[in-house]
Amino acid sequence: MAKNKQEAVFTPIGQNHSKNGKFEKSVDLPPATRKKHTTLGLSDDDVVEMFRLMYLQRRFEERAMQMYQKGKFGGFLHLYIGQEAVSTGTVFALNDDDDIITAYRDHGWGLVRGISAREGMAELFGKATGCSKGKGGSMHFANTEQHFWGGYGIVGGHIPIGGGLAFANKYLDNGQISTCFFGDGAVDQGSLHETMNMAQLWKLPVVFVVENNGYSMGTAVKRHTVGEIYERAKGYGMKHACFNGMDALTVYENMKEIADEVREDSEPYFVEIRTYRYRGHSMSDPQKYRTKEELEEFQKTDPVERIRQYLLDKDVLEESDIEEIENKIEEEVLDAIDYAEESPSPEPEELYEDMFAGTPYFHDKK
Amino acid sequence: MAVLQFREALRDAIDEEMARDEMVFIMGEEVAEYNGAYKVTEGLLDKYGFKRVIDTPISELGFSGIGVGAAMKGLRPIVEFMTFNFAVLAADQIINHASKVRYMLGGQASVPIVFRGPNASAGQLGATHSVAYDSMYAHFPGLSVIYPSEPDDAKGLLKSAIRSEDPVLFMESEQMYGLKGEVSEEDDYIIPIGKGKIKREGDDVTIIASGKMYHVVKQAAEQLAKDGVEAEVIDPRTIKPFDIEMVIESVKKTNRCVIVDEAHPFGGLAAEAGFLIQREAFDYLDAPVQRVTLPDVCAPFAKNLFDIWLPDAKQVIEAVNTVTYRN
Ligand SMILES: Cc1ncc(C[n+]2csc(CCOP(=O)(O)OP(=O)(O)O)c2C)c(N)n1
Repeated sequence: MAKNKQEAVFTPIGQNHSKNGKFEKSVDLPPATRKKHTTLGLSDDDVVEMFRLMYLQRRFEERAMQMYQKGKFGGFLHLYIGQEAVSTGTVFALNDDDDIITAYRDHGWGLVRGISAREGMAELFGKATGCSKGKGGSMHFANTEQHFWGGYGIVGGHIPIGGGLAFANKYLDNGQISTCFFGDGAVDQGSLHETMNMAQLWKLPVVFVVENNGYSMGTAVKRHTVGEIYERAKGYGMKHACFNGMDALTVYENMKEIADEVREDSEPYFVEIRTYRYRGHSMSDPQKYRTKEELEEFQKTDPVERIRQYLLDKDVLEESDIEEIENKIEEEVLDAIDYAEESPSPEPEELYEDMFAGTPYFHDKK
Repeated sequence: MAVLQFREALRDAIDEEMARDEMVFIMGEEVAEYNGAYKVTEGLLDKYGFKRVIDTPISELGFSGIGVGAAMKGLRPIVEFMTFNFAVLAADQIINHASKVRYMLGGQASVPIVFRGPNASAGQLGATHSVAYDSMYAHFPGLSVIYPSEPDDAKGLLKSAIRSEDPVLFMESEQMYGLKGEVSEEDDYIIPIGKGKIKREGDDVTIIASGKMYHVVKQAAEQLAKDGVEAEVIDPRTIKPFDIEMVIESVKKTNRCVIVDEAHPFGGLAAEAGFLIQREAFDYLDAPVQRVTLPDVCAPFAKNLFDIWLPDAKQVIEAVNTVTYRN
């Protein structure tokens, strides 16, 4: 064996172990739209509501984090903070009866699809009044009545299910489309590729959306997947797009066009929305895999700040109006915490409820 | 009564349920244009068309999940696996999703889906094509597991499975598709899930077996009868829910029990049934319960090894001899 031979390296080396000292961003943001909300067909009230929803998601999670740190509840807590423009722009782009399904980073999605702050917080606290009766917790928010089919905890596991929702919509010919959201980490799962192939082959009205937030847990995108994510679609002859997810109007503009097209011609779409997660992966994440510079850089593009500023710049609202909205939301979230604290835990008998839609059967239960 | 092959009984069940309910559809590898890898779905494409009889790529994980999602929106998918040995690739959808979605969403969705196909071994197919998965899936709350042995059971139970509001695993055998048997011609013939059947009455020993093993036991019981031992043979038909009442009642009469299970020994149906019998009928037992299972080893290819590996009538008779103290 030759001496001086370099040790083999498999996974690309990350920021913290790289010796060149260069600061590399985990994700590059495409430019945001320059169009005004009115040009996009949104009313003043619509953008105000967008802001309201985004601020609600933000404060809900900031308060949830405090409650978690106080030990008010356990389990996982994956925060969506930084990604709120994606959920918000999307629900405005979709019809109310279009389906949404996502992974465990699901609080924002629940809040934009009809789960109240109270029901959401109670679910985090594991209370009977939670949106999933305290049976799901943080990872399994759902409101199926409003076509939010829930958050799922197996990375990539819900992607075929999203395809199945679309399958049912095509089968029932009901004019609904399905949208399936997941992280960049899930792109590496076989379930995505199996489902993309079938979705294209079977012409399913589904939009697969990667919320590329730069990291799969502690592994930067470039360290876990090859090439540009959206280009994966090419292998399946699938229409695709990649756009900025730190601006709700950009998300709205693109998702609206895509949703209309998918509804019209019943063909799937593969979308990469570039965004950023400000907090750790879950609550116990020292975040050593990224630099402070990167985080600070992305904080300059904070989607909640951005829409707030937009409302002021376009004279939709005045500072005092905005503060009023913010105060109201703060109250709503604090009230949700009281509600969650005061709500009863599920009755012990509840342990055996909701397993079966038909006749229940529990082996060896007397 | 009509005499039908096992596959015809299955096909009739699917056909009747598809005719009855437009939400029922079937998908899987080779189910449509090829008419089914084992011809269970023969003719269904012609009758129901491409919307309801769907050929899939070899993507067990993907199409099982599409089935789960479709079921959540109110359809009633029948997902055919070429064998349950390949369903292992879809285990995430069956175990982590189909069985759990309802619970974790607090009852906000249901998953009325049937996963079906051949289970266990079918001759010398080697290690990866020979495993019995019924006990494994029975382990998980929320899943019903059916493994019938005769065409009549297959028809009535498959119809129940398709009508179930919850996920069902319905297991068949490659070696039994051509097996003929009398099938009820009753209109809308339904057998409730979870009910066993006494297929042979006897006072000397209770033998429990389902699916392919039932036929091994049947052979053994005939042999034993010639030696003056009358076995009572119970086919649970459904692995889960397991009809323990029927078993206990029989054991109280015979005082001896042998369980024949096509799975490996650790934690299988034989282990579970054995535990329940000792707990519920301890005072009635005249001998420790015995079991005949696969050994704790992979399926070999070589014919001679395979024959040692698969439980046969001789092993069943030996076990009966043990519990009746005849050896
Ligand atoms: C099948 C599976 N493997 C591993 C995990 C553990 N895990 C949970 S989240 C995660 C990272 C996924 O990242 P990504 O898909 O980018 O989504 P994000 O957390 O950024 O929203 C990992 C490895 C899991 N839940 N499921």
